[in-house]
Amino acid sequence: MSAFSAIGDGQPTEQDDYTPELEPQATWCPGCGDFGVLKALKGASEELGKSPEEMLLCTGIGCSGKLNSYFDSYGFHTIHGRSLPVARAAKVANPGVEVIAAGGDGDGYGIGGNHFMHTARENHDMTYIVFNNEIFGLTKGQTSPTSPKGHKSKTQPSGSAKEPLRPLSLALNAGASYVARTAAVNPNQAKEIIVEAMEHDGFAHIDFLTQCPTWNKDAKQYVPYIDVNDSDDYEFDKTDRREAADMMAETEQSLHEGKVLTGRYYVEEDRPSYGQEKRAIGEMPEEPLAERYFDDDYEWEQSSELFLDQHK
Amino acid sequence: MTNNELIWRIAGGSGDGIASTSQNFAKALMRSGLDVFTHRHYPSRIRGGHTYTEIRAGPDAVKSRGDGYNFLLALGDSFARNPQEDSIYGNEEIKPLSENLDDLHEGGVIIYDSGLLDASEIDDFDARVEENNWYVYDIDLRNMARDVGREVMRNTAGVGATCALAGIDLDWIEELMTEAMPDKILDPNIEILHKAHDMVEEEYDVDAHDVKIPEGSHDEEQVLMSGSDAIAYGSIDEGCRFISGYPMTPWTEVFTIMSKNLPKIGGVSEQVEDEIAAAALAVGASHAGAKAMSGSSGGGFALMSEPLGLAEMTETPVVLIEAMRAGPSTGMPTKPEQADLEHVLYTSQGDSHRIVFAPGTVEEAYTQTRKAFQIAYEYQIPSIVLYDQKLGGEMVSLPASHFEEAPNPSLGSTLTEAELEDAPHDESGKFSRFQHDVEDGVSPRSIPGQKGGRYLATGNEHQPEGHISESPENRVNQVNRRLDKIDAIHEELQGESHQTYYGPEEATYGLMTFGSQQGTVEEAVDMLNEQGHSVKAIGVSDMAPYPVEEVTEFIESVDEVLVVEMNSTAQFRGLTQKELGQYGEKLSSLLKYNGNPFEPLDIVDGFETKIIEGGELSSTETKFVPAAGD
Ligand SMILES: Cc1ncc(C[n+]2csc(CCOP(=O)(O)OP(=O)(O)O)c2C)c(N)n1
Ligand code: SF4
Ligand SMILES: [Mg+2]
Repeated sequence: MSAFSAIGDGQPTEQDDYTPELEPQATWCPGCGDFGVLKALKGASEELGKSPEEMLLCTGIGCSGKLNSYFDSYGFHTIHGRSLPVARAAKVANPGVEVIAAGGDGDGYGIGGNHFMHTARENHDMTYIVFNNEIFGLTKGQTSPTSPKGHKSKTQPSGSAKEPLRPLSLALNAGASYVARTAAVNPNQAKEIIVEAMEHDGFAHIDFLTQCPTWNKDAKQYVPYIDVNDSDDYEFDKTDRREAADMMAETEQSLHEGKVLTGRYYVEEDRPSYGQEKRAIGEMPEEPLAERYFDDDYEWEQSSELFLDQHK
Repeated sequence: MTNNELIWRIAGGSGDGIASTSQNFAKALMRSGLDVFTHRHYPSRIRGGHTYTEIRAGPDAVKSRGDGYNFLLALGDSFARNPQEDSIYGNEEIKPLSENLDDLHEGGVIIYDSGLLDASEIDDFDARVEENNWYVYDIDLRNMARDVGREVMRNTAGVGATCALAGIDLDWIEELMTEAMPDKILDPNIEILHKAHDMVEEEYDVDAHDVKIPEGSHDEEQVLMSGSDAIAYGSIDEGCRFISGYPMTPWTEVFTIMSKNLPKIGGVSEQVEDEIAAAALAVGASHAGAKAMSGSSGGGFALMSEPLGLAEMTETPVVLIEAMRAGPSTGMPTKPEQADLEHVLYTSQGDSHRIVFAPGTVEEAYTQTRKAFQIAYEYQIPSIVLYDQKLGGEMVSLPASHFEEAPNPSLGSTLTEAELEDAPHDESGKFSRFQHDVEDGVSPRSIPGQKGGRYLATGNEHQPEGHISESPENRVNQVNRRLDKIDAIHEELQGESHQTYYGPEEATYGLMTFGSQQGTVEEAVDMLNEQGHSVKAIGVSDMAPYPVEEVTEFIESVDEVLVVEMNSTAQFRGLTQKELGQYGEKLSSLLKYNGNPFEPLDIVDGFETKIIEGGELSSTETKFVPAAGD
């Protein structure tokens, strides 16, 4: 019997189940795109029938990191840039848990950029939502890694001299097996994409455009958006790495020219997840590691019985 | 030291196989009934660079590398660079012979490989040999090895020659070679072992000198273990099945041992992108229900600072290992130092609350690592095991029974689903993970996936169910509760002292040390008392919480205390004074920070000249700092 009976219990859920009574009202600024992520995540969780107690939501620090306070599941609000290493280890230790990591563009593409590359490379079976508002929200509007070139802020008074980072291309090249972009202004698509990402057996990266009306007034409100999978103007195969790369490059470029492209860019279904790879080489147990600590019948190995002979 | 022991130094270049040869040799002597202790000296280089291992073997307990040594096997550095005399590195090829002469005892034995080394390149070699009454055997080990097959076997030839000269029964060596070597290379190695041995017996008078292997016997079965082995096995026996890390000398040893063994017992080892990730993964794995550890050496531990604070604030149990090496910055990667004490105690923002143990011996490394896990999981607090390149790398013979302990996989103060049903929840159904008023400050935790256990863990200050809060009242309550855990741990630790006392109970003077210098200090205590002084010692392991009562009692019981530590700023003395709030005028320091650990005579010298007689230290390798007001 599992020590974690919330996992896969299949009870029907409703959106309200994910609303903490303690902080039912999110305190983001009116019009903030972050509300869109919360709503889409609740919708997707409900649609998949995920119990709040089989979900672990790990966030970083930023306005985006507050997601944890408004979503009622197991939560780990970590430190700036470090949601991914915490989240992926939780998945390794307790693989039945539905692990979702989330944070801002500064959090994920800047200070945590190294973890982003490596978590994508390892292809952990988890979802990573980046609230991309092209700005540091919580610290009051400084330039972020995705701010467009020339973007002025108090810390870059003459405008940024840097090209913005290309998040979709980065995810693809680092090794993510599902890459999508959606926008807060597009709730239906956002929910569908989160559903797909949670169902995907590998590292699913969602670059979620979240407008910040408070600090990023210049930025587009990400409307009107175009879904590249639906539009007749775009033709590409999202299972083909090269075609996906071209479509991503065009999408990243056009955002700064005023055209908001969204959709699924890359989907690699048959690549084994990290857990599958590790199990295949005998470096991860078949039974979830966390279960063992609650199993009274487990015969725990003793170092002296296994390893001491070589020292004699 | 007594004459009744062999201190054998095998010297060569990095990559010459010194480590494996010496390990087999040490084990052979252990099996023959002797106590052994090894010391490694190596450069931060893959190939070339002078390296040696010293093996001290005697019939009674050996607790340190000793002072100097009495038998040199100089193989020559086959990967030496810059053979020109005027390079800043000097002539590297000759170093295994030339660099090792200063510490060789009078009457000592030298075997050197004349196939690689030319003693005439060393200034005054013959004069020094004469003056010190050394017995020199120049043997062309390289050629002998070439004849039998491969040049690398000159190590084995050297061992054969050593056995002939020191009177060691070849059976012990053969037995080990048979266990350790694959068939293909075994036969030629055994051949050359005998060939060298027999040649030396025939050609030389092996009884001309009196450096001989003593006889000994053990009452109990022995094992040859290093501090790194002990830390790894202690972790495994506490049910640790998750490690994450990034390589860094000397911590890599523990990481390697764990990575090799964990998959065999259903555990997971993760080599990750950096040490920030490494510590964060350990926190994540522990949060999700595994017993987890990570570790590094100074520079990598610096990167762990923020995840360490996160573990403190979210009360996530985790064990971190810190293997000190000489700093600051990259420092001297393969040389020991004890200068990360303050770093480990205070790194990360805010008031720190963590447990730090500094084991003094290989046995303590096992016991205290286990205790570190127990405290971490019971009190939901990060525990740190602080050691150094010396303790991690030295191999010591010990009774096997010390390590034959039952496993303890308990997750400590973690609830089951059944227990969660009766645990407090708030009105919205969230589990009160961080309750205000609980015994010993410990508020039990749940694990993601458990029904009835959901809560928010956050590095922000938080309310009982985890939600972020800046209410002054809640803040004070939570801070006090987290600190209560430290008090409770302090009390628990008093019941099972980690401090090691040595020497006569009634003594006039005290020596104090922490961590890996303990054995060396104990040998110095023996020497000093033999010379008529009245000295005892305490080796302190509990760095946090500090064993205030025990150390106070020790200091009160003597007239003066000399604090021995391997750093240049007297960090341990500083900690002691801070914790005790007094005794500035009673504690003086003997420091060493040249990359080599103390030898017992360093301490004897420091004590006699500075505490007893006054005057200048005779060693230039140590530094004395007087007590306040002295
Ligand atoms: C190590 C560290 N550096 C800096 C900060 C301050 N800080 C908090 S959030 C943040 C940036 C937030 O921007 P982003 O990640 O894009 O999140 P947003 O607020 O826009 O959602 C910074 C710099 C911190 N908390 N920790
Ligand atoms: S500052 Fe911007 S990102 Fe933060 S809550 Fe307000 S609108 Fe949203
Ligand atoms: Mg942002």
